[in-house]
Amino acid sequence: MRILVAMSGGVDSSVVAARLQEEGHEVVGATLQLYDSRKAAKKGACCAGQDIRDARAVADRLGFAHYVIDAERRFQDSVIERFADAYAAGETPVPCVACNQGVKFTDLLGLAREIGAQAMATGHYVRRVEGPQGAELHRPVDIARDQSWFLFATTRAQLDFLRFPLGDMPDKASVRREAERFGLVVANKPDSQDLCFVSDGSYVDLVERMHPEMAGPGEIVDRHGHVVGQHEGVMRFTVGQSKRLGNAARLDGERQMVVGVEPGRKRVIIGPREGAYTSTLSVRDVNWLVDAPPEGLVCDVQMRAREAPRAARVVPMAGGGAQVFLNEPAMPAPGQACVFYRDTRILGGGFIRRAEGLAA
Amino acid sequence: MTTPSAGSAPGTEPTYLDANATEPLRPAAGAAMLDAARLVGNPSSVHGAGRAARAMLENARSTVARRLGVEALNCVFTSGGTEANVLAMHGLGGGRRFLIGRTEHDAVRKGVPPTAAGPIEWLEVGADGQVRLDLLEQSLARRDAAPAFVCLMLANNETGVLHPMAEVARLCTHYGAHLHVDAVQGAGRFDISVREQGFGSVACSGHKMGGPKGAGALLLGGPAPTRLDPIFEGGGQEQGRRGGTQALPAIAGLAAALEEGLDNPRDLAPLRDRLEHAAVQAGAVVCGAGAARLANTSCLALPGRRAQGQLMRLDLDGLCVSAGSACSSGKVAFSHVLDAMGLGPLAGQAVRVSLPWNVTAAGVERFMAAYTAMAAATRETAEPMAGNVPAGVVRA
Repeated sequence: MRILVAMSGGVDSSVVAARLQEEGHEVVGATLQLYDSRKAAKKGACCAGQDIRDARAVADRLGFAHYVIDAERRFQDSVIERFADAYAAGETPVPCVACNQGVKFTDLLGLAREIGAQAMATGHYVRRVEGPQGAELHRPVDIARDQSWFLFATTRAQLDFLRFPLGDMPDKASVRREAERFGLVVANKPDSQDLCFVSDGSYVDLVERMHPEMAGPGEIVDRHGHVVGQHEGVMRFTVGQSKRLGNAARLDGERQMVVGVEPGRKRVIIGPREGAYTSTLSVRDVNWLVDAPPEGLVCDVQMRAREAPRAARVVPMAGGGAQVFLNEPAMPAPGQACVFYRDTRILGGGFIRRAEGLAA
Repeated sequence: MTTPSAGSAPGTEPTYLDANATEPLRPAAGAAMLDAARLVGNPSSVHGAGRAARAMLENARSTVARRLGVEALNCVFTSGGTEANVLAMHGLGGGRRFLIGRTEHDAVRKGVPPTAAGPIEWLEVGADGQVRLDLLEQSLARRDAAPAFVCLMLANNETGVLHPMAEVARLCTHYGAHLHVDAVQGAGRFDISVREQGFGSVACSGHKMGGPKGAGALLLGGPAPTRLDPIFEGGGQEQGRRGGTQALPAIAGLAAALEEGLDNPRDLAPLRDRLEHAAVQAGAVVCGAGAARLANTSCLALPGRRAQGQLMRLDLDGLCVSAGSACSSGKVAFSHVLDAMGLGPLAGQAVRVSLPWNVTAAGVERFMAAYTAMAAATRETAEPMAGNVPAGVVRA
C-alpha cells in the first residue's frame, strides 16, 4: 500500500522508510520544514538544513519520492508561541506533545490522506497493537527509548491511520545496524537532543524575547509571601525543582522546593519539600484511548517524561477533564502531561492544571 | 524535488508539463552544443583554435541579437536569467530608484543593487495580474525623485499573464525611466524586438527556450556597445561587461534553441483551452484568465485544496507540474504572485501547468484525467473557503 513516512532526516525514520519499502510498500517520504535554518545556523546556502538534505539523500538512495513540507508558520503559531504563552501562564509546557498533536498528526496526516496514502509511519519508539476494540498504543520494547508519554494525545482516528515500525526494535544499536544494512548515510548520525527549535539548547532567551514582561530578576517568596531570596528569571523554575534557589534552598533547617510560579509578578514561590505534596490533581484536555467508565478506573499515571508511573484512580469529568487521585502524594508540575497507563498500554492522558490560588 | 521516474507508476514515463521551469531540449540546440563542446579553443585565445571558438561565439551572438532586435555588440552572454537580470540592475541601475512589479520573479525582486536610490517602490497589479498603469504613471511622474529604473516582466512565470508592455514602454520613455524587462518566459516563444518595442534592457535564459541550462543573455536597447558596469571584471570578456570565459556549448545551444523556436511556432492555445475546460469542470479556477496570457501556461487553483498535496498527488501519478516558484529546498511556498492579485487563500492552493514545445495531446489528456480524479478524491477533505472566490478569475 502507499505509506507516507514522516522523515526527520535522522536514523530512526530513515530506517522506517527503508524497512517499509523492503516489505513492498509504496513509500512516499515527507520532511517538515519547521523553521528557517538560516536564522539558527547563520550559514548554509539554502533554507533547508542538514536534516532535510539527509532525508532527501536517503530517499534518493532508496529511490522513492520525497517532499519538503513548509510548516514554518504553523509551527510558529501552534508550537513555539503556545510554548512561550504557557510559561507566561506559570506552566511548564511539553512542546513535543503540541507538535505531534498539530503539525504532525493533524496536518501531515491530512496531507497523507490527500495524496491517497493508506497509512502514515513515523520513527517514534512506541508500539501500535491491533486489539479487539481497534488500535492500541503501548510502550515500546526498548524502554530506554520510550516515547509513548509524548504521544498520549494521539486520537483514536489518528492511531488507526498511524504505524510505528520501530516499536518492536530491541535497542538503538539494532536500528543503526539496520541503517548500515540499507547503506544509509545517516547510520551513525548522533541522536537529536532537547528542543529541536532552540539551537543553543536554552529556551529562556526565546521565551523572554516573546514575553519581555517576564524577563529579568525577581523575588523568591515563601508560602506567606515573605521575600526569602532573589532569582534570575521565572522561566528557569518548574514546580518541584530544588535547584537555583541559592540560600533559600534550606529555610529553618527544612529543604525547600518550588511550589508555584507567578510570571506576572516575576515571583517564584517555595515551600518545604515535605509539605508540598498533593494526592489529588486535576487535568484538562483529556484524550481517551479507551471508553472511560464514568466511575473512573484504576491505573498508573506518569507525570513527567522520565519518571516511574504511580498507582492512581482517574475519574473523567464533564468538559473534557479528569480528576486524578494518587495512592501516594506527589508534586505535579502544571502544564506537564499526566498519562494513564495499564501495564504497557496508554489508556489516556491530559495536561496538569495549575493549583488554585496562584496568580499568572 | 524528485527525479521524474521516482514517483511515477511502474513502466510508464512521467508526463512533463513544467515548461516554465525548464523546456525540454530542442534538437537543434543539442546538435549545436555537441559541435561547440568538440571545439578545443578558448574564444579569447589568439591562435587558430581560439579563432574558431570565437567565430562560433560571435555567430551565436549575432543570431541572438538579430532575433531579439538589438545590435550584436549589445548582446551580453551570462550564466542564465538570474545573472542577466541582476547584471542589468547592478550595471545600469546605480543611483536610480527601483520600481518593481509585485509579481516579478525573485531574481528581480531580490536583485536590487546597494547603489539604488531609496527603498524599492512596488508596482501593484490588478486582479487579472496586469500592472496598474495609472499607479505606474503616478510613480513615474514624481518630480522630486531620482530617475526611475522600472522592472516589469514580459510574461509571468506562474500565470503566464502579459503586462501591456507597449503602454509601459511609452510611459517609461515619456518620463525618462529605464525599462528593464525580464523576458525569461517570453523569449523564444514569440517575436520580441528590444529596440522597436522601446525596452532599455531585456534578460533571457537558454533553458527556458529549449536550450541547455547554464547560459543566458542580456540585451541592451541603446547604441552599441552600451556601457555597463560589470559585477565581476575578470579578463574583460563581453566588452568588459561580464568577466569569465564564455560557456560556449551552452551559448551555442541557446542561440540554436531560440532560432528553432521562433522558426517553428506552435500554437498551444487549443490544447491549453481543453485542459482548462476540464479543470474548471473539476472545480478549478484559472488565475489570470481575464488577461492576455502565454498560450502554454495555466495557473489552476482548487479551492480548499493545498497546493502541496495537489502537487504530490499529481507527481505520484507521473505528472510533472509546479506550484509557485519552488525554493531550492523543494518546499512549496505561498505564491506571492497570486497574493499580489488579491486571490487570498487561493495563493496556497494553485498548481501551474506549463505545456512544453513538444507536448502531445495524449499528455494533456493524461493530465486531465489525473486532475479530475484528484479533485474528486479530495473534495471531501477540502477545507471550506472563507468567503467567495474572488471575481474575475474563473474562465468563462
